[in-house]
Formats: sequence, structure tokens, C-alpha cells
Amino acid sequence: MKLLFDLFLTFAKVGLFTFGGGYAMIALIEDTCVEKKRWITHDEMMNVTVIAESTPGPIAINCATFVGYRQKGMTGAIAATIGMVLPSFCIIFLISLFFDHFLEISWIAHAFQGIKTAVGLLILDAGIRMISKMQKKAVPITIMACAFAAMLLIDVLALPVSSFVLMLIAAAAGLFLFSVKRKESKGGGGK
Amino acid sequence: MSYGWLSDEMLTYMIAVSESTPGPIMVNLATYVGSSQAGFSGAAAATFAVVLPSFVIILLVMAILKTALKNPWVQAVLRGMKPCMVGIILATGVYMIAKNSLPMPGGMVFDGKTLLLTVLLATVYFGSRKVVGKRISPIALILISAVTGIVAYGV
Repeated sequence: MKLLFDLFLTFAKVGLFTFGGGYAMIALIEDTCVEKKRWITHDEMMNVTVIAESTPGPIAINCATFVGYRQKGMTGAIAATIGMVLPSFCIIFLISLFFDHFLEISWIAHAFQGIKTAVGLLILDAGIRMISKMQKKAVPITIMACAFAAMLLIDVLALPVSSFVLMLIAAAAGLFLFSVKRKESKGGGGK
Repeated sequence: MSYGWLSDEMLTYMIAVSESTPGPIMVNLATYVGSSQAGFSGAAAATFAVVLPSFVIILLVMAILKTALKNPWVQAVLRGMKPCMVGIILATGVYMIAKNSLPMPGGMVFDGKTLLLTVLLATVYFGSRKVVGKRISPIALILISAVTGIVAYGV
């Protein structure tokens, strides 16, 4: 019961402070679930993020469900997911009831402007942490650099290409490289 | 919109609110639209509906993942996708920071204040580890940024 409550509360905290979409949340989840609570490892976190990127639905929900299930099965998954959703649900519900011009309240707009800056930094931080734990080999670094350049190009030129396309290409590249390698080792009299 | 639930203008506003308030954008938007149409029960129903598919998908993936992760072909796919995702995340971060603080096409009107704020927050966040030995938490950074935002743009 204590663990369930802990899961709920932890993800409620993450949910309350996740601004600007899923990527910013990665830094928060790394901070709480990987470093402080040690519920999942960095590598598992990478796997969830990849799965979250390639399946429909918000990354935040995917992560909460994954961590909750890992810790306490089905009830854990439900507790974590509800925790993740509840804060924003309450906030939006209150806004929809009481504020018609929520974004025109000047101090709120200013706070959001400040938060936007922080969100960019958090996403950058998530990326840097991932690089620092990546294998420093030619292939992953090349893929990373290409994806970085391509995504930046897509953003700057506002191209109508989803990041999912890049993920697909990378998956294909991974398969291709593996099959080449296998053939080579076979030809070399390996297994 | 095809249901006649919302006007164009209303939807644009709702998206703007959903983007700036905490939580996943899709979930926020569902709550907002549901609430505007049918009050609390509408909000609850819409939110539940938007969360359920991801919830189920992840449970399914987890069920097959254990065995699948041992498959060398699955490992090969992940080996390709992981660095790609790192690149995408890095690019998104860099672009967001640049769009916020530098004069860029599609960005905001250039404002020295924002650039200053970016530099300040970056120094606090990345510098805290060197000075105090421990990095401030992302939540602390969000709180600090909200306060500095109110102060910086309010005066």
C-alpha cells in the first residue's frame, strides 16, 4: 500500500511539473525514478522512451504505466498513471470552469514565458545525460549526429516530417548493419 | 470540429492553454474539450479515453518485451533507434532554446530579456552541480524559472 501511494505521489509530482510535452518530462523521470528512487535503470528508461516514441500516445503516460507496472504490477500501473494525469486534469478542469481568458492574465503569461525557457534547458539536459551514457562507438555516434542534424533541419524549416520517420530510418539502419555483420561473420567461418 | 463541438477560435485557444499548463498536451486538450461539452463527467470520460490506449499498449509491449529483448534482431532495431532518439531530443532542446532566445524565423520578436533569462537559468541549472556539488532538481528549476519570468517580464 505504501509503495502504491509512493508511486501515485511521485507521478503526481512529475505530472504537476511537466510542461511543454514529453521530452521535458524525461529529465524529471530520470531525476526521480532513476536517480532518487532507483525504480528503473537508465537503460530501461531509454527503452521506454524509444517505445514511447514509436507508439501512439503521450510519453508521460507510457512512462508512468511502465514504471508502475514494474514496481507493483497492474495496481501499480494504475496508481502511477492516475497520479500522472490527476494534477493536469484538476488544473484544466478548474480553468475550464472559472477562466475564460486564462492566458491573458499577465503574471501567468509571464510565468509561462519563464517556464518555456526552463523546458528547453531540461530537454537539452535529458539529451546530454543520454549522450554521456551512450556507447562511444562510430556507428551510434554517426546515427545520433545524423538524427540531430535532420531533426534540427525539420524544426528550422518547419518541414512536415514527423520524428517518427527518423526513428523508422534508424531502425532500418540498425537492421541493415546487423545483417551485414552477420553475413560477414558467417563468411569468416564464424557461427 | 466535425461534431460541431467547438469553433475554430475556441480550439486554438484550448490548444494554447493545453500547451502551457502542465501535463501531456493531448490529455489536457481532452479534459478541456470534454469539460466544455459535458462538465465533469465529460472531462473524466474524455481523459479516460485518451489515456487508455497508451496504457494498454505499454502493458502489451511489456508483456512481449521480456522475451523480445533477447532476440538479436530486436536488439539491432533498438541499437539503431536509441542513438536516433538521443539526436532527436538534443535537436529539440537546442531548437527550443534558440527559438526562445534568439532572433529566428518562426520565433518570437527578439527580446534581450529572454536571452538573459536563458543564460541565467542555464548557469543556475548546470552550474549548481559545480558550486554546491549537487545539481538542483528539474522541479526546482521550473519553480525558479516561473518566478524569474514573473519578475523579468513584469517590470
